[in-house]
Amino acid sequence: MMSKLLMIFVCISFFLPLKSQSKDFFEGGTLTGNLDIKAQYYLKDSVIGAPDVPEKVLSNGSAEIQYRLKNFTTGMRYEYYLNPMIGTQAEYKGDGIANYYATYANEQFEITLGNFYEQFGSGLIFRTYRDPALGLDNSLRGALIKYMPLDGLTLKALMGKQRYYWEYKDNLVRGVDADFSLNDGLCFLKNSKLQVALGASFISKHQEQSLHIVGTNKINFPENVAATAGRASLRYDKFSLEGEYAYKINDPSALNGYLFRPGQALLLTGTYSKKGLGIMLVGKRVDNMSFKSDNQQQSTMLNLNYLPSTTRQHAYALPAIYPCETQANGEMAFQADVTYTIPRGSAMGGKYGAEVRVNYSRVNSIERNWRPDAQEGTYGYDSPFLKVGKERYYQDFNVELTKKLNRSTKASMSYINLWYNKSVLLVKPNEPNVKANVLIGDLTYNIDNKKSVRMEAQHLWTKQDEGNWAYLSAEYTIAPNWFFSVSDMYNYGVSNEHYYSFVGAYTMGASRIQLGYGRTRAGLDCSGGVCLYKPATNGFNIAISSTF
Amino acid sequence: MRKCFVLSGFLFVFCLGILAQEAGRNNLPAIELKDIDGKSMNTSNFSNQGKPFIISFFATWCKPCLRELSTIHEVYEDWIDETGVKLIAVSIDDTRSSANVKTLVNGKGWEYEVFLDPNGAFKRAMNVNNIPHTFIIDGSGKIAWQHTSFSQGSENEMLEVVKKLMNND
Repeated sequence: MMSKLLMIFVCISFFLPLKSQSKDFFEGGTLTGNLDIKAQYYLKDSVIGAPDVPEKVLSNGSAEIQYRLKNFTTGMRYEYYLNPMIGTQAEYKGDGIANYYATYANEQFEITLGNFYEQFGSGLIFRTYRDPALGLDNSLRGALIKYMPLDGLTLKALMGKQRYYWEYKDNLVRGVDADFSLNDGLCFLKNSKLQVALGASFISKHQEQSLHIVGTNKINFPENVAATAGRASLRYDKFSLEGEYAYKINDPSALNGYLFRPGQALLLTGTYSKKGLGIMLVGKRVDNMSFKSDNQQQSTMLNLNYLPSTTRQHAYALPAIYPCETQANGEMAFQADVTYTIPRGSAMGGKYGAEVRVNYSRVNSIERNWRPDAQEGTYGYDSPFLKVGKERYYQDFNVELTKKLNRSTKASMSYINLWYNKSVLLVKPNEPNVKANVLIGDLTYNIDNKKSVRMEAQHLWTKQDEGNWAYLSAEYTIAPNWFFSVSDMYNYGVSNEHYYSFVGAYTMGASRIQLGYGRTRAGLDCSGGVCLYKPATNGFNIAISSTF
Repeated sequence: MRKCFVLSGFLFVFCLGILAQEAGRNNLPAIELKDIDGKSMNTSNFSNQGKPFIISFFATWCKPCLRELSTIHEVYEDWIDETGVKLIAVSIDDTRSSANVKTLVNGKGWEYEVFLDPNGAFKRAMNVNNIPHTFIIDGSGKIAWQHTSFSQGSENEMLEVVKKLMNND
């Protein structure tokens, strides 16, 4: 009922200006929007495991419009999955208006009715966002109010139901957040070199429960589950320190094995940076922090929080074979990252200078002391907060060197050493851990003012898993419109298969159309602790994207 | 009923689109962002003392974005001398890498104004689908030009657009 009323409200707000038919009215307002269409013609390819697609052609797309007039914004998004492309959740099949909202904002207030995306702090207890590549949209539909009573202070309150493919689950989500930047709010700190910001948040979900029987146990699930978090950030000159701690009361769920133990998470980040040098250190502990608005849910949907991975996100094709995502049930992680520019004119830097980036990350389990009565429906285990568990999940050491060689040539070299716990991170029990070395060369040559060529050569060595991989690609671009690329990813350890790809794209302003043909390997696509398995495909594809 | 709604919705968008085109260039939406030093700023207040400026959406994990910003970095001083333009870089890194933005930007010695948009609020308001996505805002604060993706040499087109806007003003 509430959603119908909202729909009518948004509808009216759309059609009101049209009825007035006044051109003056429109001169103050702006209409913007975007389109995103992807389609593929699938070819069966049993060698790489690409399935036979009876429909032959599948397509996903969305169109979004926003209308702004003074303090008022309204918008909606139409989505279609006809039918869902390979790698998109089958439950999306169909089309419709998936998202609509109306916002009124002035200097002090902001009120949104309808769908909204919001994040409290670093997201440890609450973040709603959309990632179309993963078929992920956990937006809430309801009301969001922001109030800024004085400089530097922002208060937020929200209430809503969460999107689940094409429906909204009945479970209610409520939350409040306060964010205070002391230097903006307190006059005597205005010119202080030390900058302090504090924040606190609270989220509660309500799910109607009856007595559940899991196995032979009767479990009395809590109907209201709350989580709270506090955060602080300090900055002084070239240094900064940020931290957030989150606590969630008992939330037995399908994902944590129905344990009543509370959840905890801590994220600490320290940085030092000046021109030419940046250093970052990150420490993290996550314990039993999966948090969904439905405790029976095991899919990628209905997440309330976001647990960031604290490892480097590799953009090159071969290291991306082994993605690392946060283990919501427990992990201890550490990361260090240094970016340094070797100055121009120095012995190492040469005429143009050079850039070095070094990154190390390590992820281990948490220590768990299981209680003698541990089973579904009980407390479960105890875990010393600062103790690092013995099991290693992930380790990555990587170095990247970028240097301009002459007026028209730029080169980059990367070395990556990976240690990968496949049974945990890829959920393939009893498979050996993977030790891999990757070497990457990346060269850009500008032929003239408009034309350029870029080449990538990559190699991954490993004795485990699928063995060695080689990768070659060449790109040719004519600025600002044309893009062409050919690439081949070749496995010569186990399958001896080629994953080739041909792409051509034309960009005009903010519109781009891309045509391609190729094979993609099966693999995991991950973001924010959410991973989606994407099967292999072979075929012709088209992608159109436009902003207006 | 739903089909009718969808159809009328599309018709409506079409009409509005025509009217909006007549209305001309768009202003920037108002979104509260923090820069890499923690200072808040509303995006509707982005300005360059009446001169054009560039807004570039990027992320630390996006290779073409880093290539674009590195390429402009090499000629940025010349651009400022020639036109007085400035570049505002908006990172859409989420909390996985948002703390890394400051150290990367400083480590690379970039002199852009850099803002964080960790949950994509400004990105959505600007209708950005993919990054890199670059806007040029004219002296009166309206969007004059935009481009998605980056290829070596596109930076020359940006400079041309900025110069043209300077001459028109």
